[in-house]
Amino acid sequence: MKGLLILTALFVAVFGKETFEGPGLGLICVWETGPLCWFVDLKCHSSSLSQLDVWMETTDLPTSVDIRVPFTSLQTVKAFLETEDIEYFIMIKDLQVMLDEEKEQMLSSARATAPRTSDDYDYSNYHTIADIYAFQDMLVAENPNLVSKIVIGQSYQGRPLNVLKFSTGGTNKPGIWLDTGIHSREWVTQASGTWFAKKIVTDYGRDAALTAILDKMDIFLEIVTNPDGYYYTHTSNRMWRKTRKPNPGSSCIGTDPNRNWDAGFGGPGASDSPCSETYRGPKAHSESEVKSIVDFVKSHGNLQAFVSIHSYSQMLLYPYGYTRTPCKDESELHNLARKAITDLASLYGTSYRYGSIINTIYQASGGTIDWTYNQGIKYSYTFELRDTGRYGFILPANQILPTAKETWLALMAIMEHTKDNTN
Amino acid sequence: MGWTLFILLVVLTVVHGNPTMTVRTGSGPTVGFDQHPNSVPLGEDIQTTTEVVEEVMTTGVLNPSHYPARRAATVVQHYLNTRYGSPYRWIFFSTVHSGSSEVGVEVEDQHTLGSVSGQCSAELFFPEGEGQSAPQVQASCEGLHQSNTTAQEEAFYQQHRASNNLVSGNNIPDSYGHVEPSMKPFWQLGGVASSFIMLRESNESTLYNMAQVANFTQLETEKDQLRFNYHVLLHEMISQEIIHWKLLVTWSPEQGVQVLQTELQPKCHHCEAPPNTTN
Repeated sequence: MKGLLILTALFVAVFGKETFEGPGLGLICVWETGPLCWFVDLKCHSSSLSQLDVWMETTDLPTSVDIRVPFTSLQTVKAFLETEDIEYFIMIKDLQVMLDEEKEQMLSSARATAPRTSDDYDYSNYHTIADIYAFQDMLVAENPNLVSKIVIGQSYQGRPLNVLKFSTGGTNKPGIWLDTGIHSREWVTQASGTWFAKKIVTDYGRDAALTAILDKMDIFLEIVTNPDGYYYTHTSNRMWRKTRKPNPGSSCIGTDPNRNWDAGFGGPGASDSPCSETYRGPKAHSESEVKSIVDFVKSHGNLQAFVSIHSYSQMLLYPYGYTRTPCKDESELHNLARKAITDLASLYGTSYRYGSIINTIYQASGGTIDWTYNQGIKYSYTFELRDTGRYGFILPANQILPTAKETWLALMAIMEHTKDNTN
Repeated sequence: MGWTLFILLVVLTVVHGNPTMTVRTGSGPTVGFDQHPNSVPLGEDIQTTTEVVEEVMTTGVLNPSHYPARRAATVVQHYLNTRYGSPYRWIFFSTVHSGSSEVGVEVEDQHTLGSVSGQCSAELFFPEGEGQSAPQVQASCEGLHQSNTTAQEEAFYQQHRASNNLVSGNNIPDSYGHVEPSMKPFWQLGGVASSFIMLRESNESTLYNMAQVANFTQLETEKDQLRFNYHVLLHEMISQEIIHWKLLVTWSPEQGVQVLQTELQPKCHHCEAPPNTTN
């Protein structure tokens, strides 16, 4: 997110006929220009609002519109809304503060000793989103023949959804997908994902097993799958789990991205309340963070394995979460899971449980790997990394490397089996 | 010196497979599943989940890799903490195995890296019915007292009982999982105190851990008990909610940990915690 240009503006949500009680006025918000910004021209209210960029919220509620307004037009817009008797409220508070802090943070990290190469990067610590994005670009620059970056979409707040593609060339090779950080508070996962990326480039050409996998298949790795949430865990609430998209008519923000997939959507195992940590969202794939992956998976068409990584609980899980009906490949997935966690335990003795989601942890509907499995991606797994509750989400940084290393052994078991069972 | 107790609930495999941990629920329809805030009643699925619990009810056998065993083990963990926990003894369950009659407790001293194992057997009863009612646990342990934390506890007690230097702290662990060594006993005390609430709030559809000590403040020593106000964050795994509680906690080596008052804090959507920028 370099080259951030900050303008002062008012960010306003306009509601048609709904009554709404919101906070008072006087809060100034900002937008970002450049590739991180996105807005759509709205043709209605053209006479008064033609000078404004209007951003249509992608929901089914036609009465709700989000408008970004330049500061110089603030009074005009307010007067217009009041004249037209349109209810409005300020959606994003302290956005100026947020962006000031983010800018300051990026400047100060630039002043601090920023790693110049991915060899200098400190894998044994937790990093900001800016650090991780910089790492991704470094890795691509250092390994142009192996690594590329694909932007599969944008988060709600306009952050890029970056996927690293590890490929030895060819077209439409079968692929393996790994994601970390879909729940933003699970920091050991983004940290492990960063280490996995470096591990892949280090081992290609040196480790026979990994080299064989990459010669046959591509690996896709999305490290910060929920960037808005991740940013929020650094600046405001370490325990934030969901996306940061507001919910119309509610003061509660965010949807659980692991209940938002079109698999058993609407069934037990997710909440229909926006204030809940397991809120499924207004409809399946309503979150851009989810929809971007859905679109990627469908357009790729040849993914053979899909691994979504969470923490904590120390478990390796396969479908289903939304139903007790065993998936048709349960026996094979169960045996492979056993092998994977045995390999994992071989390093430090870390003990994992494994099984289907619904048996091992709880009923959960709208989950990622239930959807990917139903798309035909047989080797669909979810990890819950360390620990089992003593530190929980705030795992000490000195456990990042052991966690990443042991988990890698399990991933290798899954990837090798996938390679051996793919044409 | 810090002592940490890890409970290893070992149910050794024997021919007939009698379980160590018996989980019984009251007769009649199960509670918890269809009352869980996250569940949307759909007849078919409710039937299915009820079947699982009934299987447990009738046979008393817990499949150790399925979630009922883990939830039950966590409840036993909370119970043991309320009985035996201290600033230097914080008990954790780590694994459940299939089989019978013996449960293992491992004690690990972080500084000497030694370990002592003991054994617990536990019986757990989830009462059913309308009002919120705490599970009932009976557990007997051998070897739990092999870990001698008396010296550290006494030193800690003497250090803090004079009220001329009251301690306080916040965000323990911090965002990066770091705990200052001087804060560690207060962190552990917070975990033990939280166990009183977690035990009381537990049912078949919950799994609680303490996520963080938001802050604690030492109060004047009264009746030879160290006294603290604690604000803790609990993580409930099934709903994934972070639940805030305030506690009034006392402790002394003789009396152990007691929780005098608890107060649930409302989930406040607009008041986010300040960023953990320290460290």
